Amino acid sequence: MSSTEAGPTSRASPLERFIVNALLIVAVVYALYPVLWVISLAFSSGSTPSLRAFPLPHDVTLDNFRVVTGWGDTAKSFLFARQLMNSLVVSLATASMAVFIATPTAYALARYEFVGKRSGMRTLLLTQMFPGVASAVPLYLILDTLHLLDTRSGLVLVYAATAVPFAIFQLRGAFLAIPVDLEEAAMVDGATRTQAFLKVALPAARPAIAVTALFAFMSAWNEFILAATLIGRESAFTLPVVLQSYVGEYNTSWGAFAAGAILVSVPVMALFYVAQKQLISGLTSGGVKG
Amino acid sequence: MGEVNRAVALGRKLTKLAFALTLLALVTLLGALSGCREPPRGIVVWHPYRGAEQKALESVAQTFSSARGVTVTLLAVPYDAYAAKLEAAIPRDNGPDVFVSPHERLGSYLANHLVAPAGDAFPDVDVARYVPTAVDAVTERGIRYAVPLASKCAALYINTKLLDEAPATLDALARKKGTLGAGVFPLVYEAQTVYFHVPLLHAFGGRIFDGTSYAMVGPEAERAAEKARDLMATGIVPPEPSGDLVKQLFASGKAAAVISGPWLAGDLEGGVSYRVVPLPSVEGAGKMRPFLTVDGAFLTPQGSTSALARELARFLGAPESADVRRFVGKQDVATKSAWDKREGHAPTADDAVLEAFHNAASDAVPMPTSLAMRATWVPAEQALRKVVRGEGSARAAMEEGLARYLDVMRPLPAKRPSPAPLVSLLGLTLLAAAFYAVKRARHPGFARELRASKPAYKYVLHSALTLMVLVVLPLVAGAGTSFFAGTRDAPQFVGLTNYIEILTVRGRPLGQWLSHGSFYLTLLVTVLWTVVNVVAHVSLGLALGLLLAKPYLRLRALYRVLLILPWAVPSYVTALAWKGMFHRQFGAVNAILVALGAEPISWFAKFSTAFAANVATNVWLGFPFMMVVVMGALTSIPKDVLEAAEVDGATRSQAFRLVTLPLLKPTLLPAVVLGSVWTFNMFNVVFLVSGGEPDGSTDILVSEAYRWAFARNAQFGYAAAYAVIIFGLLALMSRALGQVGKDKSEAKS
Repeated sequence: MSSTEAGPTSRASPLERFIVNALLIVAVVYALYPVLWVISLAFSSGSTPSLRAFPLPHDVTLDNFRVVTGWGDTAKSFLFARQLMNSLVVSLATASMAVFIATPTAYALARYEFVGKRSGMRTLLLTQMFPGVASAVPLYLILDTLHLLDTRSGLVLVYAATAVPFAIFQLRGAFLAIPVDLEEAAMVDGATRTQAFLKVALPAARPAIAVTALFAFMSAWNEFILAATLIGRESAFTLPVVLQSYVGEYNTSWGAFAAGAILVSVPVMALFYVAQKQLISGLTSGGVKG
Repeated sequence: MGEVNRAVALGRKLTKLAFALTLLALVTLLGALSGCREPPRGIVVWHPYRGAEQKALESVAQTFSSARGVTVTLLAVPYDAYAAKLEAAIPRDNGPDVFVSPHERLGSYLANHLVAPAGDAFPDVDVARYVPTAVDAVTERGIRYAVPLASKCAALYINTKLLDEAPATLDALARKKGTLGAGVFPLVYEAQTVYFHVPLLHAFGGRIFDGTSYAMVGPEAERAAEKARDLMATGIVPPEPSGDLVKQLFASGKAAAVISGPWLAGDLEGGVSYRVVPLPSVEGAGKMRPFLTVDGAFLTPQGSTSALARELARFLGAPESADVRRFVGKQDVATKSAWDKREGHAPTADDAVLEAFHNAASDAVPMPTSLAMRATWVPAEQALRKVVRGEGSARAAMEEGLARYLDVMRPLPAKRPSPAPLVSLLGLTLLAAAFYAVKRARHPGFARELRASKPAYKYVLHSALTLMVLVVLPLVAGAGTSFFAGTRDAPQFVGLTNYIEILTVRGRPLGQWLSHGSFYLTLLVTVLWTVVNVVAHVSLGLALGLLLAKPYLRLRALYRVLLILPWAVPSYVTALAWKGMFHRQFGAVNAILVALGAEPISWFAKFSTAFAANVATNVWLGFPFMMVVVMGALTSIPKDVLEAAEVDGATRSQAFRLVTLPLLKPTLLPAVVLGSVWTFNMFNVVFLVSGGEPDGSTDILVSEAYRWAFARNAQFGYAAAYAVIIFGLLALMSRALGQVGKDKSEAKS
């Protein structure tokens, strides 16, 4: 990426570079420190958090990871793999469904005037304001009525629906930031509105779509209360539900909990790594420049 | 041109697909997928066990299954979701046939109709089979509701290297201070947690609940609390002792004795040599008697109709199952025969620990099962902590605890309010809406507007339908409960009473409207919380987003991935890591402060520092989100615009203020609005980090609502009214914010 962004490099003084890097390193330390605790916990033997200033694992061991993945026990490893797959499938489906539902709506809210637009947007915002705890039981009843209880499709539907309002806001903002002239030019050239949306606006909004999908993926990937309530079979559980079962009424297997948390985080990190390339490509692609 | 045609076709297909999806999701699935559900099953058992206990239960179920030729399906439900899952599933006949649960929830299960009497799963002939206290625990008004499986209570673990013999009294143990070596505490227990304070309370003759109401008042309760305070003030017990600290100090030989339950033994493999003895006495008072909880096998109403399910429940407690649960599951089983002396069985160290707990249990007090009991924990804990912190006299703290309990448990309104005010309010709202709609529809341009809207509806319809069914409907249903009071079992229509009580601080005089636990005080804290967090989130996110956009950064990709970390690791883990970092004596933050030459701070003893700890955690959790939003928004700003500004001679700050910021605004503003809303409702951090400490003062409106629903006699209606008020406040706030955004953008165009 350095080749495409090398242009103005010469202008920055060494002092400025130093300050920028120093600031970023301070932020990285702040971001990393508690995570290092979690990592050190995951690699420590025994199940007690160590209480020291510097997070170093004591008696480095992989036992906690073995416990979580059911190492050596075929049936348990198989179950873990299955639950990992559930998490992946549910989260990916949630992300694509949320983007699929939200994108056309966001576009319409950004570009069209229509009856009910303002009240619709207000309702959309209002849905975010009701504390979520209150809706678990009604959701259960609705899914039961739809015969979707205990199925992954039911879970995906619920997750996607909860992710959609935010996705719409996010994408509407992105569409608003794209100069309308591009689409107008395309329409002068004979394209229909739908074509303008698909061929001009959509590619230009790609980075925002990637971020939105990432958000939806994350929310599904980390959720456990609804998953534990709506799913009643161990083979259909998602990973956070499994993780949560290491927290007992009286005591918690901290090591296993931390190891599981790390396993759960790795795919998100990988996904972000991919999505950030998408962000950069949005920066350098000709789509926005027109 | 071919490409354009293809695009048109694609566009049509996409639109059609969107409609198809809606239909698929909302209509077709109704019937088509109904066949996908599990076929009628054998017997389903839910339990919260894991590890050895789970293994033992599975093995017992397997035995039953092969003996009777019926499938037994076990499901381990995470403890945190257990109650909610039972409450959602059982009334819809989707629940288990048998479930394992601690006995003290019986009151709540009865109120929600989740259990049936054990019947012939626990016939009279079986009574002699079990330990009497365990039978008492599962009996309510003379009816037995569960087969008792195993008991749990606290006992004293002593480090045999540091103590030659079990201390006869608590005071004898305390006098060991100074003789045990550097940094070794004579006793470690969770002195600020009511469950572990109860033995002391019982020793002084006090109790927390008298069968009908809160009872931790009077001289006995005061003396017990003062004793706990003195133990900590004199350094016999370390400050802010948590369950993990108990484990940590005992495992590392820094505690001569700890009070804990059987679960600790599993975490102490090797390392430390210890034995378990019953809790000691207190000089000048009585014996320390812990609370006893008994895990029982409960039958659901559905399960109680099945002879096989009843047979299974009975079998779980039978002698042969009890042996498995004792020797494989390491449980203190309630079945007497499991404790008979065995021929040819060499007792192991584990057996000795189990036996010790079994002996300790005979002295323990079964925890009351009443629903009201659950409302005592929080006021009792706040009172206890107040004494331990040394704030005011013990008497004042105890009386405040009682006042808080009574405030929470105030009786239902005696006479049923007429639904007239509510009905008329709803009617007026509907009328106004209808009037508005008609006026709008009769406007001359309306038909034209509606026609002009048609292309837009094509884009919106599917999401509108999905959101209506899955988001709006549940919310409206939830809000509906705010007009009811009482438990779910006997909801009583109270109209607007819940709202009136919240907004008038439950009838207190105006002078006390900002006192503890009042809606207005909590609102102030919540607003402060939101403002501080959002400002920090946005400025940090904006700063980092801009720094990361610097073209000369070599390690950009690395920085980005590392800075996203707080967001990638599940927050329920990291929030707990933060809580550990703020520990008074062993936390990393204080370790850094001391290294810098500052005094260590008791973070959760004062509002300001506890609030700061919450904010530090929440800013940490939230800034990556804003950073990603800013990064995403920055990428859609065309570079040439900035270049043009530069060519025109704008300084950097001018370019930022006049070009970058306005272009960021359309993306940033909704993120800020939503960020404020989320922070306003950020339950996790407050609950996990400070837990409302000190004294519930750092609670925000959502955690307050949560307490009403789950810790205060299950007053769901009251909690729902809180939720509706929160909703109203946020709606007002976002309107104001939206107005700000609109004015500026309109002024500019």
